[in-house]
Amino acid sequence: MLTYLIRRLFAVAVMLVVIILAVFCIFFLIPKWAGIDPATMFVGKQADKASIEGVREKLQLDEPVLVQLFEFFKGIFVGRDYTGGGTTTHCAAPCFGYSFRTEQAIWPVLTDRLPVTLSLALGAAVVWLFIGLTVGVLSALKRGSLWDRLAMTGALAGVSLPIYFTGLLALAVFAYQLDLVSNTFTPFGENPAKWFSGMILPWITLAFLFGAMYARLTRATMLEVMGEDYIRTARAKGLREPVVIGKHAMRSTMTPVLTLLGVDIGALMGSAILTETTFSIPGLGQAVLKAINDRDLPLILGVTLITATSVVIANLVVDLLYGVIDPRVRLG
Amino acid sequence: MTDHEHKSHKDTGPTAAAATDLTATGTAPGEVTTDRKPPKAFLEVRDLRVHFPTQDGLVKSVDGLSFTLEKGKTLGIVGESGSGKSVTSLGIMGLHTVGQYGRQRPRLSGEIWLAGQELLGADPDEVRKLRGREVAMIFQDPLSALHPFFTVGHQIVEAYRVHHNVDKRTARTRAVELLDRVGIPEPDKRVDSFPHEFSGGMRQRAMIAMALVNNPELLIADEPTTALDVTVQAQILDLIRDLQKEFGSAVIIITHDLGVVAELSDDILVMYGGRCVEYGSAEQVFYEPQHPYTWGLLGSMPRIDRDRAERLIPVKGSPPSLINVPSGCAFNPRCPYADVPKGDITRTTRPELREVKPGHLSACHMAQEDRERIWNEEIAPKL
Repeated sequence: MLTYLIRRLFAVAVMLVVIILAVFCIFFLIPKWAGIDPATMFVGKQADKASIEGVREKLQLDEPVLVQLFEFFKGIFVGRDYTGGGTTTHCAAPCFGYSFRTEQAIWPVLTDRLPVTLSLALGAAVVWLFIGLTVGVLSALKRGSLWDRLAMTGALAGVSLPIYFTGLLALAVFAYQLDLVSNTFTPFGENPAKWFSGMILPWITLAFLFGAMYARLTRATMLEVMGEDYIRTARAKGLREPVVIGKHAMRSTMTPVLTLLGVDIGALMGSAILTETTFSIPGLGQAVLKAINDRDLPLILGVTLITATSVVIANLVVDLLYGVIDPRVRLG
Repeated sequence: MTDHEHKSHKDTGPTAAAATDLTATGTAPGEVTTDRKPPKAFLEVRDLRVHFPTQDGLVKSVDGLSFTLEKGKTLGIVGESGSGKSVTSLGIMGLHTVGQYGRQRPRLSGEIWLAGQELLGADPDEVRKLRGREVAMIFQDPLSALHPFFTVGHQIVEAYRVHHNVDKRTARTRAVELLDRVGIPEPDKRVDSFPHEFSGGMRQRAMIAMALVNNPELLIADEPTTALDVTVQAQILDLIRDLQKEFGSAVIIITHDLGVVAELSDDILVMYGGRCVEYGSAEQVFYEPQHPYTWGLLGSMPRIDRDRAERLIPVKGSPPSLINVPSGCAFNPRCPYADVPKGDITRTTRPELREVKPGHLSACHMAQEDRERIWNEEIAPKL
């Protein structure tokens, strides 16, 4: 188990390096080949030659690609210095550079916003797992009934309706009309109760979208599992039906659900843009949307790296959890 | 069931008694009556019918099956796929009425008496309490019949604790004891293994340990050796026989393999198209079979002492549809001797189960002399 874990962690490290490399190429090399100078992105179109030169020098854009890459890695792992116009700025590790627009260091922006997005994703995951599993199991057990049809129609709606529709609708009804919940985001540290009140709609809206998929998946898997021989064995032992379903059938149903969950949580870290924008939540999604509009390369790059890392880590966690759930994949 | 059928049962052996009782109380299939008399036999199945409503029609998987079984005895139920063997066993287990989520429930009728208690009309939770404790079952493929995510020990402990109010440690000791009894080496270590860490034979042994953990009075083995290597098959059959002697339980062994039945059974019930076509002691069915379908089964069995140049004699055609069972004798389209009885009787009238010799029943229209002549002159010499 330990060797497996070490091997996997090593693989994760390699993966991250590859990701950094790819991101570097996308953000620094491709614009260069396409004839777009990152320096002009920094200073804007009307800038004079001298200031463009200054930026180039400071960001070391004139250096050979390998040197730039080295500096980039160095920045992430040990920090780097930006020298230009007679002044030197030290950017401590992990250094993702400075925002082109606000000139703030990127890393603190990321660490500020990551917990917000994380709480959005994890909170929604809890809700959608609960809804998805419950609806899925009930639908499987009452296959063909009115409940099953209604639930699956609801699930279809959930999968099809975009978040900016359901989100705005939920806001209009529950926040503005009924005034049940807060319509603004409050940091957890400021007021936990208000934070919860502000997060509950985004969680439910996001959970509606994802929960629909989980309900369908759970229903399909459950139906398959209920036909397995070992379910018949469980009944033949004289176990009560709730034990047969809740223990024997659920255990097997969890495997595909877990797979999807790992992928979704990872991906959600980067795709919370719509939810965060709809509900004005200051998370990574909102930051990256603004960054894209502003052509703020370092920030886009930072968010991309964080997202990619989340996907890799989520997958690692899922793989480890597989071993807990299914003994056949336990690796030495 | 028609009156005609009931009457014809009257003068036959043990299984006919069931039908007679039914006539006496005037029970129509499916009706639950309160004044049914418990039989003397340990297990008695009376006129069991299991019908599955499907979109294509009513599948009559089991259509009027009766038999009895005493403690310490083994009944072999033989027949090809789709003859209703497994459906019968699941019926005795009461497993047709649980877990039919969203599916149309099969229609069951008849009576199943186990140790003086009727099971078909009983409260499902009462039947559940009997499952695993009084009646236990061994399934065909132990790999798929054991839950892949739980240890073998856990699954045995669970089977024990659902019927016994004991702590986990006691149950675990019991599990180890049983694993040891069924011949698993180092049972105190293997108890924590997962099914996939066992070999096929070991898994079936574990399955047997799980079935026996509550000392059931009736053990149903549904094709217990089909998924196993030949060498292991013999070991498992030996084990079942030894355990039966030790525990004194009644055993129903369900198989399409006559060799397995020959090894274990006291009595043999041959099923075809959801009905019993021949019933008798193992000697009777093997040495003086009274039904052309049984001849076919015997003829399809490879034997080492047969000249290799001789071909097996297969039963021609395929098993009947259980929705549109052939009229008359269900076996008539495949029976080489369908024209032996005069007229159209094999195609128009369903043959009744008649006692042809003491304790030996057969459902065939052929006259006794014809059957004996064909068996002695045409079939037996070729086997």
